[in-house]
Amino acid sequence: MSNKSMSETKRSTVAVIDYGMGNLHSVAKALEHAADENTDVIVTSDPAAIDAADRVLLPGVGAIRDCIGEMHNAGLVPSIRKAMTEKPFLAICVGIQSLMSHSEENGGVDCLNHFQGNALFFGEHHKDHDGSKLKVPHMGWNQVKHTINHPLWAGIPDNARFYFVHSFYVVPENKNEVAGTCDYGLEFCVAIARDNVFAVQFHPEKSHKDGLQLYKNFLNWDGKP
Amino acid sequence: MGLAKRIIPCLDVDNGRVVKGVQFVDIRDAGDPVEVAKRYNEQGADEITFLDITASSDDRATTVHMVEAIASQVFIPLTVGGGIRTCEDIRRMLNAGADKVGINTAAVFNPEFVREAAQRFGSQCIVVAIDAKKVSAEGEPDKWEIFTHGGRKPTGLDAVEWAKKMVKYGAGEILLTSMDRDGTKNGFDLGVTRAISEAVHVPVIASGGVGNLDHLVDGVIEGKADAVLAASIFHFGEYSIQEAKQRMTDAGIEMRL
Repeated sequence: MSNKSMSETKRSTVAVIDYGMGNLHSVAKALEHAADENTDVIVTSDPAAIDAADRVLLPGVGAIRDCIGEMHNAGLVPSIRKAMTEKPFLAICVGIQSLMSHSEENGGVDCLNHFQGNALFFGEHHKDHDGSKLKVPHMGWNQVKHTINHPLWAGIPDNARFYFVHSFYVVPENKNEVAGTCDYGLEFCVAIARDNVFAVQFHPEKSHKDGLQLYKNFLNWDGKP
Repeated sequence: MGLAKRIIPCLDVDNGRVVKGVQFVDIRDAGDPVEVAKRYNEQGADEITFLDITASSDDRATTVHMVEAIASQVFIPLTVGGGIRTCEDIRRMLNAGADKVGINTAAVFNPEFVREAAQRFGSQCIVVAIDAKKVSAEGEPDKWEIFTHGGRKPTGLDAVEWAKKMVKYGAGEILLTSMDRDGTKNGFDLGVTRAISEAVHVPVIASGGVGNLDHLVDGVIEGKADAVLAASIFHFGEYSIQEAKQRMTDAGIEMRL
């Protein structure tokens, strides 16, 4: 190897998985904003590009049946499963729900079962602890409590506000996998971590400075808890 | 501790400029949408609404580019409304970086469109905009009706019933504008805001009539709104978003500071 190539900084690629559900522009732009000059952000539906990337982000918008259906139709599921065994992997919003065993949405949909547990509906008559009516979807800025120390929480204050838009919430069977919680009538899981996989219910790309910090942490993460 | 109420500055955009008309007539220029959006982002706005009020559809491409430019630099939620008539319109805006789309007139003429859009994209990104006017006379029980075409055309639809129907069809949020109050600076129509907010399980954004910061407080406390939208009080530097949030916090409302 020549001295020249030794001195070149290694480039790193983060693949944002495109399975036709929108919202990728914001995710990609926020990643670019958080990234250093040696990081390439690609938006792709090509399994080979996902396999070749150093990091993978699974976004999610829309209804779960379409999300899971499109992932299968586009032939992306094997690459998603492979990435979750070997490199830093971040799932957001419906992405976190798609990694569970099952979701109640759309009359019941089997998901990828990476994390055991279900996505449940808040219900149309959701109530706060004092019995007052709570709106569903849970939409807006709510506080996220860190339940474990994790590299992805670095530089983010405990109880910082993140932006949420969702009507379903995840309930992992293994409580040790819960990385963060939020209170909306009930305390529920908004972040799950296991090995090189981290998943959040909120939208970091819409959560101003703290959201960008989480993306920065993801881009610097070596995949170790 | 819990979910914060939201302040949403609204950019009414005509031919690529932020404008604000009093009752949609006397239009004043308030600047470049991308610059205005960045300023509100820095001031701590919780979301931004971009309303394309260009009469013709020729400039849809311009709108897409502006939405892209805003979404590239402003990392808070962005709702885009105006001229959203098909699922393809929605997909284009979401791909440009919008998080939600506002459907107004198209919902009135074709309610099934709301159902189709919610099924395809999820309720969380479907905001149904309702323009309501009070039609009951003094002394009669309160009644509000849906109007289209900038408040000029009555539809015969009861506003509260319409809101309930839109939620049943899949609307994830209601943007309620009082056409009686819009541009007047006399405060929200708290009656219709409260009636709709109590009738539906999704968040309601109050709009139309904000002239001072106490109006924002009233919208949340008396109107039971989940979010308050205003334009001119922020555009022309009368108040900053921080001042608005501070006033609401002082009134005991949970805000993101």
